[in-house]
Amino acid sequence: MMPGRACLSAPIRIFVSGGAARVMSVPLGHPRGGRLTLSDEPLLAAEGVSHMYGGVLGCAGVSFELHPGEVLGVVGESGSGKSTLLNCLSAQLRPDAGQVRFDIPGRGLTNIFELPEPERRLLMRTHWGIVFQNPRDGLRMGVSAGGNIGERLMASGDRHYGNVRAQAQRWLDHVEIDRSRTDDLPRTFSGGMQQRLQIARILVSKPRLVFMDEPTGGLDVSVQARLLDLLRGIVRDLGLAAVVVTHDLAVVRLLADRLMVMKDGQVVEEGLTDQVLDDPHHPYTQLLVSAVLTP
Amino acid sequence: MTRSGIHTDDGTMIEVRELAKSFTLHGQGGVHIPVFKRVNLDVAMGECVVLAGPSGAGKSTLLRALYANYKPTGGAIRVRHRDGWVNLTTASAREVLAVRRETIGYVSQFLRVIPRVSALDIVAEPLKHQGIESSRANEAAMALLARLNLPERLWHVPPATFSGGEQQRVNVARSFVRFYPIRLLDEPTASLDEANKTVVVELIEEAKAAGSALVGIFHDEALRAAVGTRVLDVTTFKQAA
Repeated sequence: MMPGRACLSAPIRIFVSGGAARVMSVPLGHPRGGRLTLSDEPLLAAEGVSHMYGGVLGCAGVSFELHPGEVLGVVGESGSGKSTLLNCLSAQLRPDAGQVRFDIPGRGLTNIFELPEPERRLLMRTHWGIVFQNPRDGLRMGVSAGGNIGERLMASGDRHYGNVRAQAQRWLDHVEIDRSRTDDLPRTFSGGMQQRLQIARILVSKPRLVFMDEPTGGLDVSVQARLLDLLRGIVRDLGLAAVVVTHDLAVVRLLADRLMVMKDGQVVEEGLTDQVLDDPHHPYTQLLVSAVLTP
Repeated sequence: MTRSGIHTDDGTMIEVRELAKSFTLHGQGGVHIPVFKRVNLDVAMGECVVLAGPSGAGKSTLLRALYANYKPTGGAIRVRHRDGWVNLTTASAREVLAVRRETIGYVSQFLRVIPRVSALDIVAEPLKHQGIESSRANEAAMALLARLNLPERLWHVPPATFSGGEQQRVNVARSFVRFYPIRLLDEPTASLDEANKTVVVELIEEAKAAGSALVGIFHDEALRAAVGTRVLDVTTFKQAA
């Protein structure tokens, strides 16, 4: 059973350019606990999302709905537009056409690009998490591991040092980083540890939706397996919704319920992950699947 | 697709109508491989329909279509789900996932090994997904692994290094640890010894007695005779190439 979505309002300090702080209240609703049952309301809805780089096509006419607890995989080779799509969905890039709507508690599906900039940034910090391929893009390299996690908590209102540190250490346990490394800088960590730290930093604020861009890219195979197992457990246990962009079909096989295959900026095939991988219909999907050593 | 009231009493759980499947391989110059056409099949509670035919006749393809793993080229597969009927050939991905979660259990020939997840966790997972408390799920999983004679020292080890027979027992246990109204079995005993085959026969008989509708592929003649209530010869649906 999915518990009723509690809508707590938390005062959040927004720092505007002049350095002055103003306090605004946003609903911080998280459907937490237990397995999520199928919800009829989508969490995220994309309609005809398109983006061009000058005259070059990024992605065109992408539409889908993502429900709470669902994991959508997006695969395609380099240049297929999958990262452009992810950047549009996660508000890092404004689409030239189409809409991205997100279910804001109390307001329903709202076009994220019609929100004022501070509200959109707040949404990104509190309801979303973005796992970057390069952990250096998602971590603050000059801040300790504990600080990297604690920062997100403080950004959403927690001010008690003891609480923040204790929670940060619990998350280090969760992502299998030894507590003795709490005060070390991320640059002293291996690539796999940095990636796990990035994930802890994102999940500590309990986002409802996580975007992942090649989460296992650039990692050793054994480290990938550990990270995938971790992600799989977290996605299942927390009932997270996620959009995972990758070129690695084994990653989507393990993590994604549904799959979209992109080529030249367009979605050429979509469906259940195992259906698309085991019975691909589009020539490009067949090529992609047959090109893998052990699909 | 809901068709309440039509089949409420005769116990039909699966209705296959005019099902056709072919593959088009674009990489090989668009070669077209017809598999079967005009398959009609009803399966009721307590039945175990055996799919028969030589290798390549399309038995596994039909079974995979019943699980919505393969997309049929034509026809309908209706399964009873909750209080209504769902047509798997037209259902959305979310509906199919719900049907798989609650209604259809599938035992494949091979275990898809998940890195770093122990045999016990693999078997207990379907119960935990149903919301059953972790300790009770583990107890049930251990009881079934013991019944399938998997040595206790292997329970906490990821099955990647297990033998074929050991992996298959984990696979069987993961499915039979819970009740499914519909069960699809693709050679569940192919690499098992006689003692463990007997356990699988018992599990299948228990599922039938509990009211599951089963469709299976069994190459083992004795097993087929022991559990099958009916035989469907898939070669009769062979499409002309």
